[in-house]
Amino acid sequence: MTAQAVEPTEHAVVIGLEVHVQLETSTKIFCGCSTTADDDEEPNSRTCPVCLGLPGALPVLNEGAVEAAVKIGKALEADIPERTTFHRKNYYYPDLPKNFQLTQYDAPICQQGSLEISVEGTRRAIGITRAHLEEDPGSLQHKGGSIDTADATLINYNRAGTPLVEIVTEPDFRSPQETRAFLAKLEGVLEYLGVFDSTRDGSLRVDANISLVDSEAVDDDGSIDDDALADANRTEVKNISSHKGAEKALAYEVTRQKNAVRRGRGVETETRHWDESRGITVSMRSKESEADYRYFREADLPPLEVSHWKEEIPIPELPDARRERFESEYGLGSEAASKLTSTKSVADFFESVAESFDADLAATWVADNLLGELNYRDMEITDVEGRLEEFTRLIELVDAEELTVKNAEEIVLREMLDEGEAPETIVDREGLGKADEGEIEGFVTEAIEENPDAVEDFHNGEDGALNFLVGQVMQKSQGSADPGSVNELLRAELAE
Amino acid sequence: MSDHNVFVTESTVAGDDAGPLADRTIAIKDNMSTEGVRTTCGSAMLADYVPPYNATVVDRVLDAGATIVGKANMDEFAMGGTTETSAFGPTENPAAPGHVPGGSSGGSAAAVAAGDADLALGSDTGGSVRNPAAFCGVVGIKPTYGLVSRYGIVAYANSLEQVGPLATTVEDAALLLDVIAGPDDHDATTHDRAADSEYAAAADGDVDGLSIGVITDLIEGADDDVVETFEASLDELESQGAEITEVSLDSLEHAVQAYYVIAMSEASSNLARFDGVRYGPEGDREGNWNDSFAAVREEGFGPEVKRRILLGTYALSAGYHDKYYKKAQDARAWVKQDFDEAFEEVDVLASPTMPVTPPALGESLDDPLQLYLMDANTVPVNLANLPAISVPAGDVDGLPVGLQLIGPKFGEETIIRAASAVEE
Ligand SMILES: [Zn+2]
Repeated sequence: MTAQAVEPTEHAVVIGLEVHVQLETSTKIFCGCSTTADDDEEPNSRTCPVCLGLPGALPVLNEGAVEAAVKIGKALEADIPERTTFHRKNYYYPDLPKNFQLTQYDAPICQQGSLEISVEGTRRAIGITRAHLEEDPGSLQHKGGSIDTADATLINYNRAGTPLVEIVTEPDFRSPQETRAFLAKLEGVLEYLGVFDSTRDGSLRVDANISLVDSEAVDDDGSIDDDALADANRTEVKNISSHKGAEKALAYEVTRQKNAVRRGRGVETETRHWDESRGITVSMRSKESEADYRYFREADLPPLEVSHWKEEIPIPELPDARRERFESEYGLGSEAASKLTSTKSVADFFESVAESFDADLAATWVADNLLGELNYRDMEITDVEGRLEEFTRLIELVDAEELTVKNAEEIVLREMLDEGEAPETIVDREGLGKADEGEIEGFVTEAIEENPDAVEDFHNGEDGALNFLVGQVMQKSQGSADPGSVNELLRAELAE
Repeated sequence: MSDHNVFVTESTVAGDDAGPLADRTIAIKDNMSTEGVRTTCGSAMLADYVPPYNATVVDRVLDAGATIVGKANMDEFAMGGTTETSAFGPTENPAAPGHVPGGSSGGSAAAVAAGDADLALGSDTGGSVRNPAAFCGVVGIKPTYGLVSRYGIVAYANSLEQVGPLATTVEDAALLLDVIAGPDDHDATTHDRAADSEYAAAADGDVDGLSIGVITDLIEGADDDVVETFEASLDELESQGAEITEVSLDSLEHAVQAYYVIAMSEASSNLARFDGVRYGPEGDREGNWNDSFAAVREEGFGPEVKRRILLGTYALSAGYHDKYYKKAQDARAWVKQDFDEAFEEVDVLASPTMPVTPPALGESLDDPLQLYLMDANTVPVNLANLPAISVPAGDVDGLPVGLQLIGPKFGEETIIRAASAVEE
């Protein structure tokens, strides 16, 4: 690059993602060890000769992991090759039991797919270059310092051999917001497929490549001039673990890169680490040279014929199809249908509610009330997964007119989320049960006796007088009366 | 026990009371994992390594009633053809004192030749069962790739190696093969083919009408005395009704190069795990973990192992991968194809197992290239995943010479039958 005064240029952001997803299989990818960690498990207890990489141990492919990857391929509309093979990626790192990782190289299980995202009402397809299976390494614990300064590093191989799928996208993202939408959508799709559990620690790990190019190099359809992209300096941001984190990390990185360009420093090609707690990216050592992984085929794993798997393995209805069905079957608007189908548990919950109640009521309660309150508390549906029955009972109370909508929304639902209590407990404690008719009749009589002026105004034809009296009755009933029936009772009483 | 440094570790492990190998003793090459008995691979790197599990073949011989008498010496990580690269010192050839026993399964062959064990297990990556069988005057079989489980065998070059039996007779070697052959859930490359094998029954000496093709390319480089002994054994087979013809396989002139590129490449990866974290000499070392890995490997590996790791790493490196590794794979495919075509014409192929008689101890260590070329007759079989047997063909001035018979894939019965005719 030459140092000369440059015209201020408009920059376009180019981002590509590498997403590592832990697959939900019962056993590890090349041995029979469980993938589920016990709460108090000892380090290196969930291991065997294979995942410890003991001399002489051989990998045997868990076909469940391949099946999960084929499902992902189908959902991403990717090509599944005739046969798939594994390669060794050779590098020395203490968390690797064999000092090579079994992964896929020239025959990945999924090739050339795409996933459609929607950002502010605009739908765009993001290209998927490939998705391949690989084994997770073990985990390191640095004692008394960081990776460089620790007195000792402890190795735990319990995680080693957990099946991963690495999904690599084309550099198709034009904003951090789009990466968030993509990752949220991808998580939704993976959960629909039943191959992924977002609540599992470390189940989603994202690396992002981000560069700035001259906006002139971007066509109207969003495609980018290859040379411009190749020339652009690029940072790789590691350690992103959620769709929200991706948006934050990349937004930070866009600003940092733009500032660097504006100050004439330019962007250095390097790897940066997303520090979630500080909300910044920090430089890791710049890459001195491109690592040479000396890939070659793993002879211990014979090629696996998978061409027929694509037909034989069914996948369930996915978010987009379900959204369309919700619109037609339940008559929902597209916004509500989107909200209700983005995660499988929400959609399943909605459908179970809609089975017993009116679809509109179900949609209001699930999409607006429940999701709204969850979102306000920065919670996910998965945080209340075990309590969906309680929310159904809350809707039942409203539907049976045993609880007013207002009390249900403003008191019971909120306390259910904040206190973790059952709806009945809250109703009893707060005395929110709908008053019985005799009690309300008594309140009506009291209100008429206590407010002769208002009664007179009513008889003189002033509209506001009745509303005032209704308000008085409601107050006496602490909101447990139904305003409509109070209105009727008052009219009847005053007409006498 | 004899006095030829046959075993790295003498240790008795009794097998089941009954079974086809009851009352037989067996030596196990020291690259086969034995639960509770150290498994050194002939290397200082694993001098203290005690596996927590048994190799499948070890389980199978114990289940069949055999009694393990010791872990047999070998070239370090099976890299060598004389058993002189062992960190535990060389083994002497009991059939030719003062000479090497061959390798890398030299301890296994010597155990059988010296009578220290009735049977032995070796592993054959480029000839490591057949070479010492020929040099020690015993029988050794390299099975079809995938016939015998490799689970628990410390890998040297995993696309090439197989476990094979050694014994004093073809029938005994075949009996041991019956015990170890067959599918294994722990080794995805094993086949169902051998589940109900009857190899021992095939040792019936009947070669009437069998066509044997002599591989002329493998005669040219052999010593004259060796070729004479080889031809005498073929005459014997001919007299029993076999038809002898000549075949030439053009691809074989590239076999040694291809073999070493592939074997060293795989070795560079297979041996990467020996980095001092869990194996190797202990010690407080300076620097970061890469420095520490390097120091352990410098200390724990012998020169031949280092040579092969370095060459293999080079052959796989960016910029050289296509020139070496990929080219070697192409040559391997060509060798396979040549053999396939040859087996359309003949039932078995024949050559001297080794082009030379066993060198004197210490004679060949300084010239690795000469040692590599000694493998010319055995490595093509591994490249093509084929079965082969080495059976004693006679001797040159008291130095044993072996006859190698090669069969088509899963043609173990045919080569066992032919070899048994040589014995009579
Ligand atoms: Zn395991």
